[in-house]
Amino acid sequence: MRKTALECVHRLAQHDKRVLFIGSDLGHGVLEKMKNELPDQFFMEGVSEQYIIGMAAGLAMEGFIPYVNTIATFLTRRCYEQVAVDLCMHDLPVRLIANGGGGVYAPLGPTHLAVEDIAIMRALPNMAVVAPCDADEMNRLMMSTLEWPHPIYIRLARGGDPIVSKDDLGFELGKSIKIKTGADGLFVTTGVMTQLALETADILKGDGVDVGVLHVHTIKPFDASGVISAIENVKAVVTVEEHIVNGGLGSAVLESCSELRPELLPKISRIGIPDKFATEYGSQGSLLKHWGLTADNLVAAMMKKLGG
Amino acid sequence: MADKNLDARSKKLRSIVVDALKSNGGGHIGSSMSTIEILRVLYDSILKFEASQPSLADRDRFILSKGHGCLALYSILADKKFFPVEELQTFCKPTSKFGGHPERGKVPGVEASTGALGHGLPIGVGVALALRMKKSTSRVFVLTGDGEINEGSNWEALMAAAKHRLSNLTVLVDYNKVQSYGRTSDVLDLEPLVDKLKSFGFVTEEVDGHDVDALKAILKKLPFKNNSPSAVICHTVKGKGLPFAEGNSEWHHKSGLTDLDFQNMYEIFS
Repeated sequence: MRKTALECVHRLAQHDKRVLFIGSDLGHGVLEKMKNELPDQFFMEGVSEQYIIGMAAGLAMEGFIPYVNTIATFLTRRCYEQVAVDLCMHDLPVRLIANGGGGVYAPLGPTHLAVEDIAIMRALPNMAVVAPCDADEMNRLMMSTLEWPHPIYIRLARGGDPIVSKDDLGFELGKSIKIKTGADGLFVTTGVMTQLALETADILKGDGVDVGVLHVHTIKPFDASGVISAIENVKAVVTVEEHIVNGGLGSAVLESCSELRPELLPKISRIGIPDKFATEYGSQGSLLKHWGLTADNLVAAMMKKLGG
Repeated sequence: MADKNLDARSKKLRSIVVDALKSNGGGHIGSSMSTIEILRVLYDSILKFEASQPSLADRDRFILSKGHGCLALYSILADKKFFPVEELQTFCKPTSKFGGHPERGKVPGVEASTGALGHGLPIGVGVALALRMKKSTSRVFVLTGDGEINEGSNWEALMAAAKHRLSNLTVLVDYNKVQSYGRTSDVLDLEPLVDKLKSFGFVTEEVDGHDVDALKAILKKLPFKNNSPSAVICHTVKGKGLPFAEGNSEWHHKSGLTDLDFQNMYEIFS
């Protein structure tokens, strides 16, 4: 997914001189081809995220479209004021490509886990927040970023994630995608939790329970009408995210329903990361299990809401 | 008692600040008064701009990174007719363009919304890079406070400006030696500031920040060296022109000003 995102920046830059790539202190050889081919559009600026966000803002004020890439926590926690003031207050078309959303950096511990990034990014006016589910969808997203006139936060998963998105379902920033229909229940997901929900839906189907999956790649601007129309047709809804349970996708669903269709609230439950710093290392897979983001728990949550 | 060291133009610009202050009853007075001559010389003699077309592509860019000193910027922009001076009577009123920190898009001539400290210089580096990529001859000037450069983001940006050899970028430091709590030497000492800036790759000069001729002479020499960014440390006096405010951290920001306070200030700048 990351490889796709960065290759997209290269492709965009080949066709549009406004497109710039800015890294902090990324791994050796990142985007080497772009660096050699388009050296004036490639920047590696050092471990200095506060400056980098300001620099990107200055470039955007003068008409450029910077794509900034580093580890998600350093693009969110580290330079939150710069993101808020320099990018969002000025409403500039800077794109933040955030490596390692959720538990990707499990072995590196809680300093490197981006588990509240969606919550804090979506709190900022003008910021779009997107979490694609696979490399194909990343490609569709990236190719649609050029003309979006506001800042965008793009949350990357680990990479090598199974391809579940489909070209014929299209992609529009701010519009959710019904990846699977189901008459009984609905999983509302973002990022790679979409794969987990699809896997769970298959298990439930074996038990005779027909559950759909609504993939909400864009958490902000939130597709309230799309989500609500999907929710109103089923008996039970479980939101699933690789993010603290407060402030992310599940919260956005509850907020929209609370404002627009409060009678839908009782059929919704949320699954996410508990509101505490990670206490384990291991792998993304072992952390997800530790946090309860498993097919078994999704089955249990759905069956509970269905009254089963 | 009038300040004999200030000429009529410096007094006039300060009296515009006092006029604006009156509508709000207070503001960052000390922080504004120390920058008046720096801004005056920039806008009178150095910067390329067209007040009627504030977004003109080939203008020089001035970023007031110490956004709390905005009253001085509003004063010179009004003087240069970016907007009618009478509009400053709305300073800090609910629907005013003119807040306690300047905002891009609201105030003609304001290049960046500042106020949170340590933002202007990183933005200035980005703007300077962009101008160079566009093969523009326009230059970027960033005015920081002294307390402001406690913020680490400035030092990140200084390193980057040197790396990119941004000779179209000049950093001016309003070194009035007093920050909100007290003397900079007590709160977080910046010395040796000249050596620090030089070691970060800036060709650095010092000047009396209230000496109009000296400021003009030094700023006319920019850039000090090809392929290097420039820095000018302007030695100033906090609250310059107001004897009771000079060097007094209590006047960094002052609210609850009385009619007598205003009468005193008007007399001084008459």
